[in-house]
Amino acid sequence: MNTSAKSNAKPGAILPPPRVARRRLVIERLIEAALLFSALSAIFITLAIVYVLISESAAFFSHVSLIDFVTDTQWTIMFEDKHYGIAPLLAGTLVTSAVGLLVAVPLGTVIAIYLSEFAPHRVREFIKPLLELLVGMPTVVFGYFALLFVTPLLQHVLPNLPGFNMLGPGIVIGIMITPYISSLAEDAMRAVPMQLREGAYAMGATRFRTSITVVAPAALSGIIAAYVLGISRAVGETMVVAIAAGQQPNFTLNPMEPAATITSFIVQVALGDLPHGSIEYQSIFAAGLVLMLMTLILNVLGHLLRKRFREVY
Amino acid sequence: MAEEQATSIRMTPASLRRLIARNQHADKIFAVVGLLAMLAGVFALAALLTDLALDGGTRINWQFVTSFPSRHAEKAGILSAWVGTSLVMLVTIASAVPIGIAAGVYLEEYARRNLITDIIEINVTNLAGVPSIVYGLLALGLFVYGMGFGQSVLSAGLTLGLLILPVVIVSTREAIRAVPVAMREAAYALGATRWQTVRDHVLPYSTGGILTGVILGLSRAIGETAPLITIGALTFISFLPPAPLTSAPPYVSFEWLHAPFTVMPIQMFNWLSRPQAAFQENSAAAGLILVLMTVGMNAVAIWLRYRFRKKIKW
Repeated sequence: MNTSAKSNAKPGAILPPPRVARRRLVIERLIEAALLFSALSAIFITLAIVYVLISESAAFFSHVSLIDFVTDTQWTIMFEDKHYGIAPLLAGTLVTSAVGLLVAVPLGTVIAIYLSEFAPHRVREFIKPLLELLVGMPTVVFGYFALLFVTPLLQHVLPNLPGFNMLGPGIVIGIMITPYISSLAEDAMRAVPMQLREGAYAMGATRFRTSITVVAPAALSGIIAAYVLGISRAVGETMVVAIAAGQQPNFTLNPMEPAATITSFIVQVALGDLPHGSIEYQSIFAAGLVLMLMTLILNVLGHLLRKRFREVY
Repeated sequence: MAEEQATSIRMTPASLRRLIARNQHADKIFAVVGLLAMLAGVFALAALLTDLALDGGTRINWQFVTSFPSRHAEKAGILSAWVGTSLVMLVTIASAVPIGIAAGVYLEEYARRNLITDIIEINVTNLAGVPSIVYGLLALGLFVYGMGFGQSVLSAGLTLGLLILPVVIVSTREAIRAVPVAMREAAYALGATRWQTVRDHVLPYSTGGILTGVILGLSRAIGETAPLITIGALTFISFLPPAPLTSAPPYVSFEWLHAPFTVMPIQMFNWLSRPQAAFQENSAAAGLILVLMTVGMNAVAIWLRYRFRKKIKW
């Protein structure tokens, strides 16, 4: 009976008249094009970042030889006797990030294991939003905390610590990235199938044994990805070091000394009023290019590792 | 390995009991260590908030909110900062929200599995990981000098718009993905076109999720300092941008877009970098207000998520 009903229906009785249908089709196409264009903006932004950084850096490297940039151990761009060695800024970034990781990796890992394997449901529901809030705090506030709370506190223990140093901001960066690391690592451990745990429990293992010998190894690439993405955050962190680490380029690996990082150098130059096109102006793009390359490598590595742990199960 | 097993089989009941006790002991110790580690995070948050409140709480009053910055710490206020922040946020919303939602809709509802889609997705993921100061450098080269917008509210708003675009895209996609396929099939079955389905069914159902993502993105943008310093925000501003509404026709003015500006976190940074304790009190007060704004926005986002999740039952 259906077929007879269909054959009785006049063509166009349900469908809109051809003109309306055609107009509708045109609108559909236009909207799809507009949406595609919006999505392509992600590619445009990446290209724009690469273009701006490379073109200004190229201008910088037409004045400064790449060899000096890599081998010189002084960065004195604001002085008369100019040296353009990125090493002191890299050292500052390295030290603050390393201190941050020394705090965040153990803390983040323990929190992740606890949240994924131990915590009662109610503790999770209560504490997780608080930790997420820690991630959302403005970084300038963390800078205040590093300069006027953590450093004075450390000075009680280490009386020789100067007011500007890399230790305080490093610890604060660690506090900032701990929730980030713990939440990524927890995701990785929760993705481990329940059967693996049940197998361990059936053998009589305790929760701690199961976490350490079964769950953590199974989630290892995901946990390492969390560390790598955490490092990338620490390297790119700006305000905390700009506020509390002092802004003197200092080629040292001693966290008790003040130093500038790649990011805090950019802030320092931008705060001064530099003429567009000067060598100082171009130097922040060269520094930015180095920063971008570092974080890009770390991010790609992190995402590859994350993909791996997802594919295993 | 085999030897280990052999020894464990040879265990006496007493030594087995000891082993069990030791393992259970380790288990209990870790339960405490884990809880302490979490409390360390919570304690850091509490210390941060108490420190700010103790240092700056007394400075917060009506005069502080309605005064311009000043050479005299006790007369200084955050008027130009919060007005600047509000105007910059307007530009950020206007730029990031439409483009972000459109991109999210495209990737979920339209995109075919092909190379372009893959490249777009890789780019969105990578952009989310780019340090914020790099966005500042991009904006300095592109908006301030390339397009000639100068060191203005417009440049700042667009910079933060770029910064939160990945957040908006990702949360839009997640919200859209949560809408069951049956909804779309029902619409298609009634002859709706793809856009009609998206506009009338998919988007309304995912509003809650999208709104949550937008607010979280804005709460991040409101605290961003480094990119705005990089594009050259002024740290001392004792005037307001031209009002957006005027008494003479056409009643709406967009001159404020080109005005120089400062924002809350930069005002805080400026006071913090002065050596006098009185200015650092101001800094704490500005920080406290900033934190309250961030926490407030996060709370609204969580509440929205909760509400929409409860209301919609598929």
